[in-house]
Amino acid sequence: MKKLLGRLGHLFIELAGTLGSAAIMFKSVVFWSFMSKPEMSEMAKQSVKIGVDSFVVTALTSFFTGMVLALQMGQTTRNLFNEPLYVGTIVSFALVKELGPVLTSIVVAGRAGAVVTAEIGTMRVTEQIDALYTLGTNPSRYLLVPRFFAFLLTLPLLTIFADFIGIAGGCLVGSSQLSIPAAIYFDDVLTYLSFKDVMHGYVKTYFFAFMIAMVSCHKGMNTKGGAEGVGKATTEAVVLSMVLVLVLDYFVSSMLVAVGL
Amino acid sequence: MIEVKNLCKAFGERHILDGMSVKIQEGDLFSVIGPSGTGKSTFIKCLIRLLDPDSGEILVDGEDIASTKDEFRLARIRRKFGYLFQEGALFDSMNVFENVSFGLKYLTDIPKSEYPRIVREKLALVGLKDVEKLKPSELSGGMKKRVALARSIAVEPKYILYDEPTTGLDPVMTGMVRDMITDMRDKLGVTSVVVTHDLKLALNISSRVAMMYGGRFVECSAPEDFKKSANPEVQEFMRISGIK
Repeated sequence: MKKLLGRLGHLFIELAGTLGSAAIMFKSVVFWSFMSKPEMSEMAKQSVKIGVDSFVVTALTSFFTGMVLALQMGQTTRNLFNEPLYVGTIVSFALVKELGPVLTSIVVAGRAGAVVTAEIGTMRVTEQIDALYTLGTNPSRYLLVPRFFAFLLTLPLLTIFADFIGIAGGCLVGSSQLSIPAAIYFDDVLTYLSFKDVMHGYVKTYFFAFMIAMVSCHKGMNTKGGAEGVGKATTEAVVLSMVLVLVLDYFVSSMLVAVGL
Repeated sequence: MIEVKNLCKAFGERHILDGMSVKIQEGDLFSVIGPSGTGKSTFIKCLIRLLDPDSGEILVDGEDIASTKDEFRLARIRRKFGYLFQEGALFDSMNVFENVSFGLKYLTDIPKSEYPRIVREKLALVGLKDVEKLKPSELSGGMKKRVALARSIAVEPKYILYDEPTTGLDPVMTGMVRDMITDMRDKLGVTSVVVTHDLKLALNISSRVAMMYGGRFVECSAPEDFKKSANPEVQEFMRISGIK
């Protein structure tokens, strides 16, 4: 019992320490966002690395998700009502409100989040971060602010693209396998999907982008122990980001529903 | 001048620096020696606040770097220092030119058009030519150290801190780095602090040598006096190093 309490206490202290250092890192990011000239070239470079380089993977994920959603909904409604009904509506609702933001965030967390943690972690264990201090540059200013900016800029944009591509994937299956004309499919989409629904999904991506940036940068900055440590930090960052996307999704969705969005 | 007063630093229960005090005069080439794990790197990292000391004072030209919480003041004091890291710590994503000119952008108001001339000049000072476009991964260990030193001196610091400058280098490279360190003092007149476990190097180049043991300096004197020290830790370290 004593041992168990000891371990729980140790875990609690560790968690408190992690949250504390994450809060300090965030404070530093906010401070340097306003107190220094923006590193435009670094921001552009990171936006390409995080956003543009993730585009193909998110597009493929979303396209096939849209296709499989249309196929399953079409078959289900055909079994129930003898014809595929509201396929465009269901696909667009699922993608725009949930699957678009969540799947895109998971893909970005796995791809770009891993890159960010590995890169910062390697810089940490090879003393490159210390070198930044000695050369008059705060790492928050040079490394973290551009990455936060890049995540917050590109993830919402990627999600919008993913929504369109997913809906197009649904349309392809609808017209080729379910005999739904494209005009009817898009009529289903546009009749029922409102601006509020689009905003519901869009707003969520900012929470996800912020969380992925926090986790991947924090894990990178606190990497210890050489190459093995970089691998460990990267794995932890990816797993934690993916789980937190799903956890955060529920709470943010509840909050948005509560405020009428 | 750098003046360290009662500097303490602990990691958990381990007291690495335990009330350390020393004065480093301008123009000094001050070497800190001691076996691995005695806290030499911790000492040099505290000097520039890469590590936060638990207590004590570090006065750099009269300004206390140990206790300041002001980011801008800290950055201003750090500007006086160049730091040569053990493995060079060159930025992987940048080529040699970008590495050497990095500090110029953040620490000086020198126009960008001047960067190529300054980079060429500093690289020549460490014996390198036509390497500006190479990436750190394309350089040998010795070249990395020299590029790292060129990066440190590009902003013309008043003090240079060397962290284990000869570790992992062959005898030829070690000789080259030794000459480089003395050149920096002779040509640029900088004050140097060298942390090393290479006693021969320390005795060869330094104006003063300090031996770290138990979180303090147990001996701090000119090389000739250091060799005659009666301190048992110094005697033992010299015996192991093959000096006696």
